[in-house]
Amino acid sequence: MRTTSEAPVAGPQSVKRAAKAANGSAGRAGSPGHPDLERGAVDVSRLSHSFSQLRVIERLELRVQPGEVVGLVGPSGCGKSTLLELVSGLREPTAGEVAIHGDSRPRARLESCAYMPQRDLLLPWLAAIDNAAVALRNRGASRAAARNAAHPLFERFGLAGFERSRPVELSGGMRQRIAFLRTLLAGKPVLLLDEPFASLDAITRAEMQEWLAGALAAESRTVILVSHDVEEALYLSDRVIVLSPRPARAVAELSAPAPRARPRLEAVTAPGFTTARESALEALVEGAR
Amino acid sequence: MRRWLPPIAIVAVLLGLWQLAANLDVIANALHIEPFLVPSPSDIAQSLWTDRSLLVDNGWVTLQEVIAGFALSVVTGVGFAIALHLSPTLRRAFYPLLVASQTVPIVVVAPILVVWLGFGIGPKLAVIALICFFPITVNTLDGLRSVDPDLLKMMRTLDASRLQTLRRVEAPTALPYFFSGAKIAVAVAVIGAVFGEWAGSSSGLGHLIQQASAQLQTARTFAAVVVLSALAILLFGLLAVLERRVAWWGPAQTRSH
Repeated sequence: MRTTSEAPVAGPQSVKRAAKAANGSAGRAGSPGHPDLERGAVDVSRLSHSFSQLRVIERLELRVQPGEVVGLVGPSGCGKSTLLELVSGLREPTAGEVAIHGDSRPRARLESCAYMPQRDLLLPWLAAIDNAAVALRNRGASRAAARNAAHPLFERFGLAGFERSRPVELSGGMRQRIAFLRTLLAGKPVLLLDEPFASLDAITRAEMQEWLAGALAAESRTVILVSHDVEEALYLSDRVIVLSPRPARAVAELSAPAPRARPRLEAVTAPGFTTARESALEALVEGAR
Repeated sequence: MRRWLPPIAIVAVLLGLWQLAANLDVIANALHIEPFLVPSPSDIAQSLWTDRSLLVDNGWVTLQEVIAGFALSVVTGVGFAIALHLSPTLRRAFYPLLVASQTVPIVVVAPILVVWLGFGIGPKLAVIALICFFPITVNTLDGLRSVDPDLLKMMRTLDASRLQTLRRVEAPTALPYFFSGAKIAVAVAVIGAVFGEWAGSSSGLGHLIQQASAQLQTARTFAAVVVLSALAILLFGLLAVLERRVAWWGPAQTRSH
């Protein structure tokens, strides 16, 4: 079991913005697209959180290996989003600990995580490529440098030609892809995806899951994916953890039959997948009792 | 063109009725006053032409006051909004004062301002700014606070500093809100200018209105009011055009609930 004592502090991740702006490099520890994967271990131990009297999370344990994709499934309002905020360092838990690469300081966690909210939340006044590169701009890169860094990802993930489009001109699926690139371009080892496709229709969502599977195969990251869709979580994750209703605790853990296998339709209709989905759904029902 | 037809028709009908009523002395008889005290639209049109140099000179003075006072309130209003947005303590401390500032009767304060600031442009700017900065501050502040909380969280994980979030997310979100406030402000700014001039001045449309109405030159009074309205409409229109160019995304695009 990993604890804070094992790995020392994540090192000089917080390079001064001025220095970054001066040498024109937008990245941390390497190029913006490729963070040090080894820094992506997430350890959640005895985590509890309450909002005044409301207990949201209770003694939750979670270990995520670097490069692993873990899906969290649970009923609506069970505290999944709160969990992501706790992991990312946006919020401090009432009790217990979250550490990323052995470091539990909120600042270190913020520096290791990129959060993708449920809705795309693209900035309407920025072109797609500037939306995707916003993290690089925040770290002091010039607009041209940020665009140069983002451009190859547009090519690689089938978005070439949409660089200059305004968000209003794009479909829901395209907007969500840009939003994911924005998360990826932050260059963080840990991605926290909060129901990334919940706002899309079923067909687009299936397309997006396949697309994301490909993207994660090309750009390996530690991913914590929150979803209320068992199938989505099983297809995209290596491992799925089923959470109980509030206060959330883990009620079951399932390893996914064929994570991110393509084509998606074949993967999700395979017998092993169907069985896993049934056990997950049973666990959800059991957990609700 | 069809869009303009209804307002033009309404104005034409109202002016026609007014012209008719004035010509037939209906209004004067009903109010038991002398007919010359009720100018007809044609009398006012005539005054607009014969008094044109008077109206242009005084209109120019008022326009300068309005533009300067409005600019002053934009700077203070936006500055105030940003300060109150960045500091919850300041917001709690100053917000009641902000509202209280709007309960001050300008007509009463204007003469005091003249005593303090003299007969120059100073008291006019102060009165205009006092009226204008409230809608600008309140609207801009609302805009700054309207950003989706998830977006703010996301920006933090994307390494944005407080000021970067302000510049990249909150300020552009607030821009359409600012324009809503600025359009209200510029329309009432001309009223502020008139109050300021009434309290003590030697030129301006407010001064002209005061003189003309004291001399029972009702047609000239109305002509000055027409010019004043035209100024307000012009400035409002300019702001609307500017808004479409620089804040085309409209309010609350980043918020879906």
